[in-house]
Amino acid sequence: METITLVLSYPIILLLAPPVMLGLITKTKALVAGRKGPPVLQPLYDTIKLLGKGAVYSSTTTWMFKLGPVVSLAAVFCASALAPLAGAPLISFNGDAILFAYLFALGRFVTVMAALDTGSSFEGMGASREVAFSSLAEPALILTFASLAYRSGGLCLAQMFAPHSGPSAAAGTILVLGTLFVVLLAENSRIPVDDPNTHLELTMIHEVMVLDHGGPDLAFILHGAGIKLVLMSALLVRLVLPEMPPAAALGSLLFGLGCVAVAIGLVESSMARVRMVRVPQLLVAAICAATFGLMLTLR
Amino acid sequence: MEQFSQLLLALVVFLSLYLLGSSSLTGCIKILALQGMCLGLLPLTISRHGFRPRALLLALGMFILKGFVLPRVLLYAIREVKIRREMEPMIGYTLSLMIGAALIGLSFVLAERLPVLEGVRTSMLIPVSLATVMMGLLMMISRIKAVTQVIGYLVFENGIYLFGLASAYEVPWLIEMGVLLDVFVAVFVMGIVINHIERAFHSISTENLTRLSD
Repeated sequence: METITLVLSYPIILLLAPPVMLGLITKTKALVAGRKGPPVLQPLYDTIKLLGKGAVYSSTTTWMFKLGPVVSLAAVFCASALAPLAGAPLISFNGDAILFAYLFALGRFVTVMAALDTGSSFEGMGASREVAFSSLAEPALILTFASLAYRSGGLCLAQMFAPHSGPSAAAGTILVLGTLFVVLLAENSRIPVDDPNTHLELTMIHEVMVLDHGGPDLAFILHGAGIKLVLMSALLVRLVLPEMPPAAALGSLLFGLGCVAVAIGLVESSMARVRMVRVPQLLVAAICAATFGLMLTLR
Repeated sequence: MEQFSQLLLALVVFLSLYLLGSSSLTGCIKILALQGMCLGLLPLTISRHGFRPRALLLALGMFILKGFVLPRVLLYAIREVKIRREMEPMIGYTLSLMIGAALIGLSFVLAERLPVLEGVRTSMLIPVSLATVMMGLLMMISRIKAVTQVIGYLVFENGIYLFGLASAYEVPWLIEMGVLLDVFVAVFVMGIVINHIERAFHSISTENLTRLSD
C-alpha cells in the first residue's frame, strides 16, 4: 500500500499538480476580480498544444539555446527526487539540501545562458535582472535551510522538514514560513517581484528570457516553472504538516498545495507589483527575517 | 503559552524590521499599532501565576492605548500636515534593514553576557527588548520627518517596556500606569509640535530646525 501511494504520488505531483496549481492561481485572481476566468486545466491544455508544435530556431543561436529548456526541466525533476513530498523522498543523503538549492540555480543558469545566446538586448536585460534578484533570494533560502538544518541536526531535507518541537519551534517555524513564501514569490516570478502576465519588455524579468523559445521548448520551460512552484510550495506545506500515513500525507499535501495556490492568487490580486528598485529591499527584508530565525535556533 | 509568547516576540521584532524598511507613514503607523497590540497581549502569556484581574487590566490598558489611541493621535497629526511619505531618510531603507539585522545579532550576543536573573537568561525577552530599543534609536537618528522620529521614539519605548517585563514579571501597577501616561502626553505634545513646525516652515522636516535665525 505504501509503495503504491509513493509510486502514484510522483506522476500526480510532477505531471498534474503544476498546471492545476497555475490554473488555480489564475482562477482565484479571476474570481476576486469578478471574472469567470479560464478553466483550471488551461495550463495543461497549453502545454499539450505546445508539445504538438514544431520549434523555430534563429540562425544566430547555438546549441546552448536548445540545451537551456531541457536542462532546466531536468534540474527540477532531479530536485523533485530529493524533496520530501508525500512521505520520504526517493533519494536522501546528508547534504541534499545544498544540492536541492543549487539544482534550482543550475536551471536558472542554463535559462540565463540560453537567453544570452539569442543576442537580443531585451533578453540580456531580463537575464541581468533575474540574476541580480536571485542573488538576493538565494541567501534567504540558504539561511532558512541553515536554521532548519541546525535545529534538526542534519543537512538532509527529509529530516529538516519533518515535524519538530523544541523550545523556540513556533517562532522559528513562522519566520521560516514567511521567508520561504517571499523566496517562493521571487523565484517563481509572482507578483510583488515580477508579473507573470506582463508582456511589456521593459518591466519583465523572467518572461523576457523565454521570448524566443517556442513549441516543445516553451512547453518544457512552462512545465519546469510549474514544477518549481509545486516543489517550493510542497516544502512550505511539509513544514506545517504533522506526521501521518502516506495516503493521508498525499491527500493533505495536495490540499495544502491548493491552499498555497489560493494564497498566491490572493496576494496577487490584493497588491501591485513593487517598483524594480524596491525589489531588492523586499528580498533583503526576507534575508533579515531568515537571519533572525537562524539566531533564534542558534541560541 | 511559552510558544505563544515567543511567537509574539518574534512578531514584535519582525514588525520593527518592517518599520525600518517602510516609507509609507500611514503604513508605519498601522504597523506600530499592531506592535502595540502584541505588547498588550504579551503580559498575559508570560505571567507566572496565571490570570490575575490586575494583569488583565494592565494588558487592556496597554492594548487600547498603544493599539488604538496613540496611532489615532499620530494619524490625526499627519492628516493635519498632509504628508504621506518619508522622502529621503539619512540612511537608505535597504541599508537600515541590514543595520537592523546586525543590531538583532548584536542584541542576542549582548543578552548572553548581561548579568540578569537566572530564569530570564534563557527567555527571548532580553534580546528582543534590546533589539527593539536599538532599532527605535536607529529610526530616531536616521529619519528626517518629525512623525517618523516620533514613531522611532515609540518603538524605543516599546523596547523599554519589554525589558521591564523581563526583569520583573510584575511591574508595579502604579509605575506602569505612570509610564503609559508619560508616553501618551509625550506623543500628544509631539503632535502639537509637528503642527507648529509645519505652520512655521510649510514642511515637517526637522532639518529646518538646525539653522539659527533671529
